[in-house]
Parts: sequence; structure tokens; C-alpha cells
Amino acid sequence: MARELWKGNEALAEASVRAGLVAYFGYPITPQTELLEYLSLRMVKLGRAFLQAESELAAINMVYGAACTGVRVMTSSSSPGISLMQEGLSYIAASEVPVVLVDIMRGGPGLGNIQPSQGDYFQVTRAAGHGDFHPLVLAPATVQEAVDLVYLAFDLAEKYRTIVIVVADGNIGQMMEPAEMPPMRKVKKDRPDWALTGADGREHRIITSLELGAERLEALNLRLQKKIARIRQAEVRYQEHKVEDADILIAAFGTMGRISQTAAEMARAKGIKAGVFRPISLFPFPDERLEELSRQVSRILVVEMNAGQMLDDVRLAVGKDFPVEFYGRMGGVVPLPDDVLEVVERIGAELNDEQR
Amino acid sequence: MNNAEEKLVFERPRSLTDAHTHYCPGCTHGIAHRLVAEALDELGLRERTLGIAPVGCAVLAYYYFNVDMAEAAHGRAPAMATGMKRANPDKILFTYQGDGDLAAIGAGEIVHAAGRGENITVIFINNAIYGMTGGQMAPTTLEGQKTTSSPMGRDISIAGHPLRMSELLATLDGAAYVARGSLHDPKHIRRAKKAILTAFKVQQAGLGFSMVELLSACGTNWKMDPVEALGWIKDNMVPYFPLGDYKVTDAVKNL
Repeated sequence: MARELWKGNEALAEASVRAGLVAYFGYPITPQTELLEYLSLRMVKLGRAFLQAESELAAINMVYGAACTGVRVMTSSSSPGISLMQEGLSYIAASEVPVVLVDIMRGGPGLGNIQPSQGDYFQVTRAAGHGDFHPLVLAPATVQEAVDLVYLAFDLAEKYRTIVIVVADGNIGQMMEPAEMPPMRKVKKDRPDWALTGADGREHRIITSLELGAERLEALNLRLQKKIARIRQAEVRYQEHKVEDADILIAAFGTMGRISQTAAEMARAKGIKAGVFRPISLFPFPDERLEELSRQVSRILVVEMNAGQMLDDVRLAVGKDFPVEFYGRMGGVVPLPDDVLEVVERIGAELNDEQR
Repeated sequence: MNNAEEKLVFERPRSLTDAHTHYCPGCTHGIAHRLVAEALDELGLRERTLGIAPVGCAVLAYYYFNVDMAEAAHGRAPAMATGMKRANPDKILFTYQGDGDLAAIGAGEIVHAAGRGENITVIFINNAIYGMTGGQMAPTTLEGQKTTSSPMGRDISIAGHPLRMSELLATLDGAAYVARGSLHDPKHIRRAKKAILTAFKVQQAGLGFSMVELLSACGTNWKMDPVEALGWIKDNMVPYFPLGDYKVTDAVKNL
């Protein structure tokens, strides 16, 4: 396929179609709506299921229903909509059915605004619903990466029978960039051996998140934890930029990873050795690699479009004795490379003073 | 005994398992389960049926129906059934929901499923009380009816009026068949069975949303013995929730 100019939301939608999406259920919310609009035509033309639900609550439960039958299914939303989906996500996690969710984050809390934000890092990595579970969370920094990750997300969701959240801020959903689409996959005809397909010539199957006995529910939880451990082992993803000789390491995800890379280059032009560590999987968080890097850099600067959420994971990774700084903007304010550079320069100066 | 003379007159429907139910003595859930199962058997639908259990007393219905089943979050069964049906149009979908599930927390989902003409069948058990949580006021609790959360009797000035869901949903164009029956005596049970058969036939023919509401007994939370409870349906519920067909489209009439 040739590289074409794609809007992030539409690229995510087309890549999902190409991954073999059978059914989409969603509800309009800015800045995610183009994804739903794109599929409202594309899915129907392909004879696949598309439905605009009456709410995010209904949408996620439609997704849950379709997922129980073993088909590739997804929904997409933005921050307040994800809050409404948390109920369904918890049931889906406990039922261990594969679901892909795209979250194009906006400013919060509350109705907030429709500007880009990374304010829902905690929500997607820690609090996607009640009870002990973590979805697998992937955070693209470009439209191309969004395409690649959502394409991969369906495989991961099925492999682990888990929720995979592709989380991006409104910048990535809204901006246009060249991207190459993956090949069109055939929709799978066969269904997994746990799926509800009708009890024809076999015992009837049950999918439930209810376990009334304490020990049985604990057993379910232990199974989920085991799965999370396997995911932690195998699904860590990150990208590094000039970390080898870095003195200051900027840790940032999504859009901020990208902006930080520009800032790092600007810093290097001024003689400050800056590098960037960009987690792609927010859960599992690449803590081992970050801990390793912390041994070779003097300072870590976490940059986020929030009040410091991934910051917690960075601190957990490097320990309380390692100096970690934070720079963040909220409310939909997107820091420019100059803003990040200013902080890097200040840290650079402090490091110089210390060396004197 | 000569084998030729043996005639089987009663057996468990194939669409029911042989599990013992957890329902209280005098509860009519067992009757409702059986009617649904008989209908699926008679129409030969069991092997391609997917059911959704609610949150409420019938939460464990998936152990009793011998069909593939999922358990929904409280009130969300119609949304779940929608997802299943849209991804699998060849399957027969039913939800089995109580009054708290369908008429309170799930009021949004049921209205939109009916409005869309979602090709699913809803079995709505109305016993005017929350059973599983121990007898609180339901959206269908009658005026003056005592519950653990309306201990002085339902006060309309505080709690408002009971909802008549069949009447409400029948106003929607997507609803093809909506009927209210009752399980308080054999005559009405036979009628209820007929309504359930019609509802599944509506879905088989792809005519749209179908729902059968069944007035049901909850002796335990009404604090009545089983016989008294059946009488209470007849004397108190039927006058407020009149029985009959509320929506029968022309296409359904011609089935």
C-alpha cells in the first residue's frame, strides 16, 4: 500500500476494518467522532455490523454481547464516554472476552473541554472499572503508529482474551499525517471454543462475571492475575531516542513523546545531552528498561499533558532516591518543544552547577 | 406393562437443564422458565438460541436454560442482546429481565432496543418488587404497597407512579409485538405460553422487537403464602396492569 494522507480517527477506523472487524458499536463524542462516522459508511458497505448506540453505556454492552460470540468487535470514545463504559469494561474483563477500545482523550475532569489531553492515564491503566484488572494499554505517537497498534490490538485481545485500549490524545485523533494501511484481512469464520454460538451438538455454554463463592471468585481473580503476569512478561513496548549518551532522559508518551523528541534535539543543539524514552505500552509499563536507563542518566524529566500520572509509574520504576522532575500542562494546553526545552535547559544548568 | 401402551405425557423440555432452581417456594420464575423452554423446543430453536440472564432473582437462569447464555450487567441485557444479534443475525436472542432490571436501571436500554425494532425477544417478569436484594420498592410497585424501602406503603407524592412498561413500549414503531400475561392460574399460564410462542415467531420472521410481560408472584417479599400471593396478583396487580395484547402489527397478525 502507498502512503496516503489520513486523519487519525479515520485511519484508526480503516485499520480496524482491515484487521477483520465484524461489529462496531459507539456513541458520538468529540474528539473521537470521525471514527464512528467513517465506520457508519464503511462497515455498512462491507455488510458488517455498525450501530450508533443510545449511550456509551449501551455501546459497551453491545460490544460485550458481540464479544461473547467470539467475533472481532470494538468501540471508541473519549474521556467522559470512557467513564460511562467502565461498568461494561469490568464485566468484560471478568468474563474474559476480547474487546478493542479506542480512547481519544480530551480535557477533564467533568465535561472539561474538547482539547487534547493525557488526563486519563490513571483511568485506562489503573481504573478502567471496579475490581482487580488491567487492560492492555497501547499509546501511539503518530497516525502510522495508531494504525499499526490498533491492527495489532485485535490479535492481542484474542490471544489473551482481554481488553486492549488504544489510547491517544485529541491531537492524534484529529491531525492528518501520511500513513500506510496494513493489508485487508479476511473476516474469520471459525469461532473460539468458548464462544456462544448456540448449543448445537454440545453442552450449553455460559459466559458470566458472577461467582458467588468467595474461593471461586478468588480463583477467577488468580486466573486474571496470571494473565496479567504473562502480559507483563511479553507485551512491553517502548521507543528510545538518543538515550545511549543522554544525561537528561525525558520520559513521555503519545504526543508528548513526540514533542519531547523535538525538544531533545533542540537541547542537543545547545550542547545538552538529552534523550527520550517513550513507553508505547502504558500497561504493561516498561519499568525494567526505565530502571536500567536510570543508572546511566543523571536526571529523568517526565512530561505529560496532565498533573503527573505516568509520573507515578516512573517513580515506581526508578525508586524514590532517583531524582525525577515533572513538567505538565492541563486543560487541553499542549506544551510546545520550546516549553519542554526551557525545563531541560534549567535542569541542564542545575546539573552543571552540581558538577562545579 | 406392555411397552406399546406407554404414552409419555409430560417431560422436561430439552431447553431446560435438570438443575434444581434456587427459587423460593411459590415463586413463578420456574413457570416462566418452563414456558420459554417449551416455546423454544416447539419451534425447534434451542440449538441456535442465545439467552441473556439479568441481575435480579433470575441471575442464575443460565444454569437452568439449556441454551448458550451470558450474564448481563443490571439493566443492560437488551444492549447485550443487540450486540449479539447484530453480529449474528441468524441466531435467536432472548433476554429474561425483572422489573428493577428492565423498568428502572435498564429503562434506557429497553426503550431504545424497542425503538430500533431490535429483532430480539424480551421476557419481562413483573412482580412489583425487588426480589434478590430483599424486597425493596420497584418501578412497578403499586401505590400503597409496603416494601422494605417504602415501609409505609408506596407514597405517590414521594416515589411517583408505577410504570406500565408494556403500554409505554407499545407506542414505539419498532415494537412489533407487546403483550402482558399473568402466571396466577392455569388458564392465564396457557395464554402466556401462547404469547411467548408468538413473540419468538415474530423474531423468527424478522418482524422486529417482541416482548411478553408476565405478572408474577413473590410470596417471600410480599410476605404471603404461595396461594395468597397468586390471589394478590389477580386482585391487585391485574387491575393496574391490565392483561392483553398492547401491540400486534399487521405483519404479526398475518403470521
